[in-house]
Amino acid sequence: MAIEVKIPTILRSYTGGAKAVDGTGDTLSALIDNLDGSHPGIKGRLITDDGGLHRFVNVYVNDEDVRFTGSLDTALKDGDAVTILPAVAGG
Amino acid sequence: MTRYDSLVDATGDTPLVGLPNLSPRWEGENPVRLWAKLEDRNPTGSIKDRAALAMVRAAEADGRLTPGCTILEPTSGNTGISLAMVAKLHGYGLVCVMPENTSIERRQLLEMFGARIISSPAAGGSNQAVATAKQLAEQYPDWVMLYQYGNPANAQAHYEGTGPEILHDLPTITHFVAGLGTTGTLMGAGRYLREKVPDVSVIAAEPRYGDLVYGLRNIDEGFVPELYDDSVLTSRFSVTSYDALRRTRDLIEHEGIFAGISTGAILHAALSVAERVADSGERADVAFVVADGGWKYLSTGAYSGSLQQAAEQLEGQLWA
Repeated sequence: MAIEVKIPTILRSYTGGAKAVDGTGDTLSALIDNLDGSHPGIKGRLITDDGGLHRFVNVYVNDEDVRFTGSLDTALKDGDAVTILPAVAGG
Repeated sequence: MTRYDSLVDATGDTPLVGLPNLSPRWEGENPVRLWAKLEDRNPTGSIKDRAALAMVRAAEADGRLTPGCTILEPTSGNTGISLAMVAKLHGYGLVCVMPENTSIERRQLLEMFGARIISSPAAGGSNQAVATAKQLAEQYPDWVMLYQYGNPANAQAHYEGTGPEILHDLPTITHFVAGLGTTGTLMGAGRYLREKVPDVSVIAAEPRYGDLVYGLRNIDEGFVPELYDDSVLTSRFSVTSYDALRRTRDLIEHEGIFAGISTGAILHAALSVAERVADSGERADVAFVVADGGWKYLSTGAYSGSLQQAAEQLEGQLWA
């Protein structure tokens, strides 16, 4: 099961500069563990010590913010698109 | 009432209009209808007039703003234009800190209103404008920063205005959709609607920009507005420039509404939730915000050429 994960500029040092990488997992949590296996250290930038998503990291599954769909327990399926972005200001 | 003592008094009370052609099911037993709140009908043409006026009035009431004061604000454009109008009429100076990758029309409007513009670097987008404004506030302690991202009067303007107006015009509302920038609209109108309509869904649409705008040096430079409280929201969508442009054009083609690009993003999120409800066979009345008109974005190429071309031209621009 392959899920495409878009990586923001700021985290591409972990993916050898790749803008997008493939991962697997049936939840977001499993996907991030899988990514950390192939790109060591990336998990530590996304997840805080208490196990939650970093305050300034937003993760979207098919354009929807995972904080409103179960956070790290959000279910994933083949073909889903995951986008990671840093939180920035609007207005 | 359609007569006012001055332009600022003409803020709010904007029309709510139906979208019979873009709604999934306009008529029938379980209609799923979309309604557009035309905030481009405010004095300077955007929803930001509400927040700007409320923040100035609050600062006048608590004595922070006195005649002759200079207001300082980080803004990607619309808030600055609204503040410039209010500042002119109330006798204040205005300094706007604006990312350099914003449309030329916004700069021209600000200059015409007499505001002074300090540009912040394109990389880092509005985050950088906020940081620059905070530095300036320390250098010039006599300048008054209203700070739209953390000023309760911003959300309060929507709690007292936008929210009640929508509920008055659409008592059967099931969903409210707006753009997420300072979060003022969603926090204020969202809180009001949740209090009055316990089952209402409050949905945020935020712009997804090109890489340049997310050019932070590290994650800890990220920014979440102080006003933001995610318990007010039901869901939050990130909308690409391409989808926002596509919906902006749909809005003109099918409903005759000439809106700005952020409105396309909001409509995209509104249609996503409306189509889900339509598929389930239930009814819905979805109110969404038309944040501004398209005039200030003509130079970006958003309204000419193919969608792909327009989206490419918009790469690296701040459009919300």
